Amino acid sequence: MSGTATVGEVPVEARALVKRYGHILAVDHVDLTVHAGDIYGFLGPNGAGKTTAMRMLLGLLNADEGSVRLFGRDPHTDLPRALDGVAGFVETPNFYSFLTGRKNLELFAALDGGGAAARIDQALDLVELRDRASDKVGGYSQGMKQRLGLAVSLIRDPKLLVLDEPTNGLDPAGIRDMRATIKGLSDRGMTIFLSSHQLAEMEEICSRVAIIRSGSIVYEGALEDVRASVEPRYRLRTTDQARAEAICRAEPRIGDVGLDGGDIVLTADETIAIALSRQLVEAGLGIAALTPESATLESLFFELTEGTRPHEKEAA
Amino acid sequence: MRPSTLTAYRWEVRKLLAEKRSYIGIGAAALLPTLFVIVMGLQTGGPYDVPLGHNLRHSGISLTLVVLTFASRFGAQLVTALVAGDIVATEDAGGTLKMIFTRSTKRSQLLAGKTLATFTYTLALLVALGVVGLIGGVIAWGFNPITNLSGTTISAPHALGLMVAGLAVFAAPLLAVAAFGIFLSVATRNSAAAIVGTLVYALAQEAIGGLVHVHWIQTYILSAQFDAWHGFFQTPTDWTQISRGIWVSAIFIVAPLAAAFWLFVKRDVAN
Repeated sequence: MSGTATVGEVPVEARALVKRYGHILAVDHVDLTVHAGDIYGFLGPNGAGKTTAMRMLLGLLNADEGSVRLFGRDPHTDLPRALDGVAGFVETPNFYSFLTGRKNLELFAALDGGGAAARIDQALDLVELRDRASDKVGGYSQGMKQRLGLAVSLIRDPKLLVLDEPTNGLDPAGIRDMRATIKGLSDRGMTIFLSSHQLAEMEEICSRVAIIRSGSIVYEGALEDVRASVEPRYRLRTTDQARAEAICRAEPRIGDVGLDGGDIVLTADETIAIALSRQLVEAGLGIAALTPESATLESLFFELTEGTRPHEKEAA
Repeated sequence: MRPSTLTAYRWEVRKLLAEKRSYIGIGAAALLPTLFVIVMGLQTGGPYDVPLGHNLRHSGISLTLVVLTFASRFGAQLVTALVAGDIVATEDAGGTLKMIFTRSTKRSQLLAGKTLATFTYTLALLVALGVVGLIGGVIAWGFNPITNLSGTTISAPHALGLMVAGLAVFAAPLLAVAAFGIFLSVATRNSAAAIVGTLVYALAQEAIGGLVHVHWIQTYILSAQFDAWHGFFQTPTDWTQISRGIWVSAIFIVAPLAAAFWLFVKRDVAN
């Protein structure tokens, strides 16, 4: 099963993927490349095409155009072989509610073959469901189903794990545990492809991200590059905000001047920020704070998906 | 090593066994002959005009066969449709189809497992009906010889053997109804639509058989094959009727199943 995933092949390689529903273009020439060892975040607002793209990756949807390769194999023409070494789920993981958690795992393990059945206890321990394994899934909470979804994926001993919103329905402790589990799996060499709305969460664990908007990828790259790609932002508080704002607006090398709460926010590189501080002091203003704001995934997300910064969205 | 179709089949049977509604169908099949005996006990008359009906009250072996005639009009199709129409559609609606499609078993094997499990269930219905009918009938009217449709007397053991053979032949058109239910279950992705559609299909054939007085239609329509077992109770045995019942049913099994497999293997699994 998983052992047959070819070492050295790229875990996920999608090229010019297109999916149409009638006249609606759900996925528009999407390119994705997930390298071995990545924790790859797939971000986008609701309806952007994330789940459709993920379904195509797993061979659940046929692409109208383009190609997908999982470890070099095409999930649209070479199933189930193309899913060797791949596990995961899209949207909520669903189970047979009239069977117990363990019976569900046994069923899926039987459909996997190989040594999947022998990994059931280990998977149940990892997601901390061993003591509820003999209960029917119909009585599970959403969070427990998410954890069982992870367990049913792990019994395949995958090299690539595809998870769609794995923290949905989890309480804060559950989210923390899921994050730790994903990091732990990554440390063991597993490549992870996950979508989430938890941007802070994704920023903390992902090494690379792709952002999709209206079916198209608007950003794909390393998270470090996200930070570098966005102009440095500063937050300014002075003794006279009106004059300070006027000074900022008069300086052509300062951009995106705006108000966020009582603070002035602006974009400028470091030398301009230093020059601004001098200028403000020379103008007789006291500076209470001039603090750099690191470019966050959230700011990039809103900029790319809505064309706004978070504070602009709040102000609006 | 990849899982076999047998693995998929075993798990489909386990799923059916884990669901209470599966037992309702089997229970209904067992209840039908029991009710028949009770009703017959409460009245003096009986359905003596149906094939082999004249043997009622003389031999318990005839009970199952008489009940079979009534079941062939609606009941057997209903219970079969309930399982066949649901077998794939319920997984589509419940979201488990997308889960099993991402495992290491081929889609064709998954559907083969579901088809075999549905057929097993259909046969179990007939076994339940046959066993309970035999026991109930023998308790009520004894293990006695019967008079066949040609007026020949058949010993009780021989009649029992023919009853088993008759049930086996009766299974063929019932499996054809199941096959159509599976096709609708795949095609509509909706349990209710598939179940109702299967019943309409079965009833429409009955209606066509009754309304259209064209010989070849009345001979080769699926509903006509529910009477193929009568061939065992003719003297001499009417092998033409029996073999036609089997091969015509086989066509009605293969055609919808081929369409179901074609759809199932290439289908998208979307919301």
